Amino acid sequence: MRESRLWFLFVLAGACMIVLLGAHLFVMHLETFMGYLGITIHEPLAYAEVMARAKSVSWLVIYMALLILALYHGLYGVRSVLLETINMKHHSTVTAVIVIVGLIAAVFGSYIVIQSYMMGGL
Amino acid sequence: MERKTIVFKIQRYAPNQDKEPYFKSYEVPVEQGMTILECLWYIKENLDSTISFRSSCRMGICGSCAMFIQGRPRLACETQTLELKSSTIEIKPLPNYDIIKDLVVDQRNLFRNHKKVKPYIISEKATSNPTKEYIQSVAQLEQYLQFNYCLKCGCCLAACPTMATDTNFLGPQALAQAFRYNTDSRDRAGNARFQIVDTFEGIWRCHMAGACSDACPKGVDPAMAIQLLKRHSIFGSRKEYSDYAGPLPKNRRPDIPDAPAPTVKGARTNGRGNGKGKKGRR
Repeated sequence: MRESRLWFLFVLAGACMIVLLGAHLFVMHLETFMGYLGITIHEPLAYAEVMARAKSVSWLVIYMALLILALYHGLYGVRSVLLETINMKHHSTVTAVIVIVGLIAAVFGSYIVIQSYMMGGL
Repeated sequence: MERKTIVFKIQRYAPNQDKEPYFKSYEVPVEQGMTILECLWYIKENLDSTISFRSSCRMGICGSCAMFIQGRPRLACETQTLELKSSTIEIKPLPNYDIIKDLVVDQRNLFRNHKKVKPYIISEKATSNPTKEYIQSVAQLEQYLQFNYCLKCGCCLAACPTMATDTNFLGPQALAQAFRYNTDSRDRAGNARFQIVDTFEGIWRCHMAGACSDACPKGVDPAMAIQLLKRHSIFGSRKEYSDYAGPLPKNRRPDIPDAPAPTVKGARTNGRGNGKGKKGRR
């Protein structure tokens, strides 16, 4: 694939993450600010609250999207740093290693999100 | 005319003789109007005939005499010595190149990368024996005109911080030429060129330091070309293509004089010559 397409996806993932990560931060860690907006959140990190979100399809989609976009965005950045410092003849190896690491992390992350969804309400 | 003595500190290095580069100083009587290149010739002719440097046209057209003068890549023939306003002038070979001898550098990488981007018009209609001219408007010409002024002197590569760390980078000169031909309305090989430049070692390796544009002795802006290539690679280019001119009018306007007779044996006048051809000139 052309580098411009990979770069464009990297930027697009970053833009989407502003929204998704923003939602995550506001719900999980910035409940005071949510209070200013008139939305009351009680103990977002309590077990019952976490499992309540886990069984929600909307949150499942948000977390899966956040996982994949964050992995792509972060690993593309790591690849860029590595390619600038490693000899060109190893470029395809670096890309392959990054893809494998990304796939393993995506499978592991998806397992947690999906398993939480399936356990929802317990 | 008043003369001022200026000390030239010139880096000397012959890889087969010297362990490492060293500086040698020469005193040159400089007059108003003398370029660095003239001073180098003075040194070679009067003080030290062993010094090596490249030069050819002496008028900023060939790009042969690019060197690192007072900490900056410049053309020696276009640099007025007294305008540097220093009693000591340091000259080194261009950075980011291997040294062949003294101020002569190995530019094979520059030309190899230049060749890689297919720096010529590619069109299904292009032949070695064209019978008509292309129509190209002034606006279409201006899209790429400044990049046409590139001398291939290599100053941009010498100034580029990315070239200093990655010899696989295609470099500002080659990328600017890719842009020049991609933007030419007569060319139709944009996709083929993007296969070469839209890579990590191509346009995406540029960190936009802008040093190439600052160093170019002809005012070409390779940094802008690279950024525009990035834009075209993402959003596509809205390029207007030009086509062959239509058939020539049969009746020529009376105020247009006859074309001169062809000077090449066998050349065709395309019906526009004065009909006398070579006979008329002999």
